[in-house]
Amino acid sequence: MSALGRVVRAGVRRKRVQTAVIGLATMMAVTASVLGGSLLVVSSAPFDEAFTAQRGAHVAARFAAPPRAGAVAGVTDSAGPFPFGTAVPDSRGLERAPLALVGRADPGGPVDEVAVLSGRWAAAVDEVVLSADVPFAERLLDQEIRLVDRPGAFTVVGLARSVSRTADAWVLPAALPAPTGYQVLYRLAEPDRVDDAVAAIRGVGEVVGAQSWLVVKEEAVRETAVYVPFLVAFGLLGLVMSVLIVGNVVAGAVSAGTRRIGVLKALGFTPAQVVRAHVAQALVPAAVGTAVGVLAGNLLAVPVLAETTEVYGTGALGVDPVVDLLVVVGVLGVVALTAWAGAARAGRLRTVEALAVGRTPRPRRGRTATRVAARLPVPVPVALGLARPFARPVRALGLVAAVVFGTTAVTFAVGLGTSLGAVQTAREPDATDVVIGVRAPEGDPIPTGATAALRPDTDRAAVTAAIDAQAGTAGYYGIARRRAAVAGMSGSVVALAFSGDTSRSNYQLISGTWFRGAGEAVVPTTFLTATATSIGDTVTLEDGGRSVRLKIVGEVFDTRNDGKQVLVDAASLPGLRPTMYHISVREGTDLPAYLAGLSAALRPLGVEPREGRDGGFSDMLALIAGLTALLTLLLVAVAGLGVLNTVLLDTRERVRDLGVHKAVGMTPGQTTALVVASVAVTGVVGGVLGVPAGVALHSAVLPLMAEGAGTALPASAHAAYHPVGLVLFALGGLVIAVLGALPPAGWAARTRTATALRAE
Amino acid sequence: MTTPVIELRDVSRRYDGGPPALKDASLTVAPGEAVAVLGPSGSGKSTLLNLIAGLDRPDSGTVTVAGTRVDRLGEAAAARYRRDSVGMVFQFFNLLDDLTVADNVALPALLAGRSRAEARRRGAELLGALGVERHADAYPGRLSGGERQRVAVARALVNRPALLLADEPTGALDSAAGEEVGKLLTELNADGQTIVLVTHDLDLARSCTGRTIRIADGRVAEDGR
Repeated sequence: MSALGRVVRAGVRRKRVQTAVIGLATMMAVTASVLGGSLLVVSSAPFDEAFTAQRGAHVAARFAAPPRAGAVAGVTDSAGPFPFGTAVPDSRGLERAPLALVGRADPGGPVDEVAVLSGRWAAAVDEVVLSADVPFAERLLDQEIRLVDRPGAFTVVGLARSVSRTADAWVLPAALPAPTGYQVLYRLAEPDRVDDAVAAIRGVGEVVGAQSWLVVKEEAVRETAVYVPFLVAFGLLGLVMSVLIVGNVVAGAVSAGTRRIGVLKALGFTPAQVVRAHVAQALVPAAVGTAVGVLAGNLLAVPVLAETTEVYGTGALGVDPVVDLLVVVGVLGVVALTAWAGAARAGRLRTVEALAVGRTPRPRRGRTATRVAARLPVPVPVALGLARPFARPVRALGLVAAVVFGTTAVTFAVGLGTSLGAVQTAREPDATDVVIGVRAPEGDPIPTGATAALRPDTDRAAVTAAIDAQAGTAGYYGIARRRAAVAGMSGSVVALAFSGDTSRSNYQLISGTWFRGAGEAVVPTTFLTATATSIGDTVTLEDGGRSVRLKIVGEVFDTRNDGKQVLVDAASLPGLRPTMYHISVREGTDLPAYLAGLSAALRPLGVEPREGRDGGFSDMLALIAGLTALLTLLLVAVAGLGVLNTVLLDTRERVRDLGVHKAVGMTPGQTTALVVASVAVTGVVGGVLGVPAGVALHSAVLPLMAEGAGTALPASAHAAYHPVGLVLFALGGLVIAVLGALPPAGWAARTRTATALRAE
Repeated sequence: MTTPVIELRDVSRRYDGGPPALKDASLTVAPGEAVAVLGPSGSGKSTLLNLIAGLDRPDSGTVTVAGTRVDRLGEAAAARYRRDSVGMVFQFFNLLDDLTVADNVALPALLAGRSRAEARRRGAELLGALGVERHADAYPGRLSGGERQRVAVARALVNRPALLLADEPTGALDSAAGEEVGKLLTELNADGQTIVLVTHDLDLARSCTGRTIRIADGRVAEDGR
């Protein structure tokens, strides 16, 4: 082994703590960066990735009859014609809304390669594959379903997803002997010129409908756009902090080794060899940390990417190797550059100066602070510690920065968690204690045949009488649902007509007021956007031949049914009968006993009450909450390591002073107090600066996330912070600093006085 | 018979598997006595001093100082023992550069829990007695070697210790300053202060102590009472 190799090996082995800190800090920085970077890459264009992976259809055209064969201008590839039809399910658990049925022999092909998420593709004429987007589809796997006006039953043999959203269900072509049309899927040379392509497509047959991929994308992106601002925030925090901490750690390691550099030069090492030795000494643990970090980041990204994969049904979204490569090169580059800069400076020092480091008196900074601290009414070790940051201001600034980032991350994460909790609560506006009827999950199905539904012939008066008679009932309201059209808006909306005491509900207004009677409506943000209306405007609801004019009086947070809902008083839509009742019980009521009593009373009516709250988080919110916790933990750990390294350097540098303190009677407890107090000021300053930064980040990111989701948020989501909480977060900065300082403080306390006095 | 201030019985100490720094060393020091410990480099002088000061613990044997079994003390108890019973003077002074002279001297008293005013009053008294009171607000870096060692002696005496340990106190001083320090130690002993002085300087040992102990290869080779 060369002399340089021996020096590097000895340096890595001798400075075990610094080696470990560099390795750990690098590992955490790489883990956070790989995780954040991968998610950023995947989330920035998840639809595009899935669309490319599935060779998505830029245009899904529907023809009245099979089109003529031949080239179409602007089209690079096509698939079909596939027989097309619509069918209305007539089975328990499925929404009675028309399903788009497409006959395809297999899920592959040159365009729109459908991803089979579970089960298999249809192999017989009585088998069907449901789109995972169909409400309750996952419950129906391996079950039989019936379709209105079609004989026999179909077995659901698989769940699949087309990113192009070309069908709700797929069967074999032979299962559609009398199709209502034919679907042909096209990929275009210029995907943005959909209109031109559709015009050209019209040349090969009678087009009765065409779906643009841009429309599909707009809807799909809304589902995940919510991730992007959040990930950008954490990604930036992680990257800046990585650079800061790794740079700080490496620079500190080189600085602490200045005297060793002097010794090496005295032995004949050239400045270039000194620099190479120190860069290598930093790179060895950094490379190990990077390798472990890449592995950890990739492993942690798996479940997150799996969730995204599930959303798009690609099955192929993995950690982008480019992210791994960039992070590895970036972090090792930072380590090498910082080590090079520090070592080059030390390498240029005259040998005698480098040798004198640690032996000559240090610059006289911080003496005023020491004098001031000595007058404070605190024990002398604490006073000595409090003054310490002023003796090494640059090092103290590095420490403050580490604490600022840690506190910012915690403040932001807790705020985000609180906001997501509020959003989750607001997402379930009908989560009352007891529900009668079918609870409305995502997609707001209109209950038709499910067991607990209120059938059309159920006696509502008898139901409400039973509820009124049940001891413990605090209040209730009923909801009638009706699909209706809104003049000037394509597609249908769900009209929710409320009767009873709606003050028991959890609908959260964003602006305006709740409806006060007939003729008034409250609508979600998406509705206002889609209809280009605002509070005070009037819309016309067309319901089965009757038109109802409604004045919009409030904007409500309601993401169900993609926000295409209108909430009105039952008096606005007379004749509708509630399909569900939501009951609140009095405080202290034994809920199981209440349910048993009500169940007994309602059984003769064929109705079964259920507990109304499940307390579950939506997958997306749970994922964000989990990621927030994980990324915050990583950032706080890196911040703590940064503090630990800085305090360790400082303590090692001052070990002789500590020996003197101990020689004149400082106890181990007092030594610990001194070292811990030395980070108190920086911890508090970092905490005080980090809290407003975290609040500002929350204030900036939350509206962007909401915008990504296509909705405004209720006040409860914005009110994420309590003044007491903010004070606690600021103290959190102190906690990060103290936790980082405790190991070196313990080391200082344990060091034998005689050893410390001998140290140079 | 007077109870000795220091009593070492069969004390041995070995570092990291090397040859013994001290082997079966025994000695006693009576109250008010001034003892010089002489010997070549590596003979075990500083190890002996460290064991008496409670800075280190023996592998075997007992160390009793002012009735306290120092070899049995934990780190915290040893620290309390040092600040209450022992004052230490080092070859390179070991003053803290970022504290003023007055603060350096007051530090052991403050660590012992004395009030700020009391510690400063006692420090000022000692600085006056040792002739360096005009440097009270200066930092150690501005003082001469002899002055720094006087400050170090003041710091060592601030808690009125039963025992003053001096490890080569003139080793970093020129001859004039060394003589000054020697005179100071003599005066302190004359006032009843028990002193153990580790030195290479035979003249210093003779001038300010009444007894010399010679250490060689970790053993007490000669005890010249």
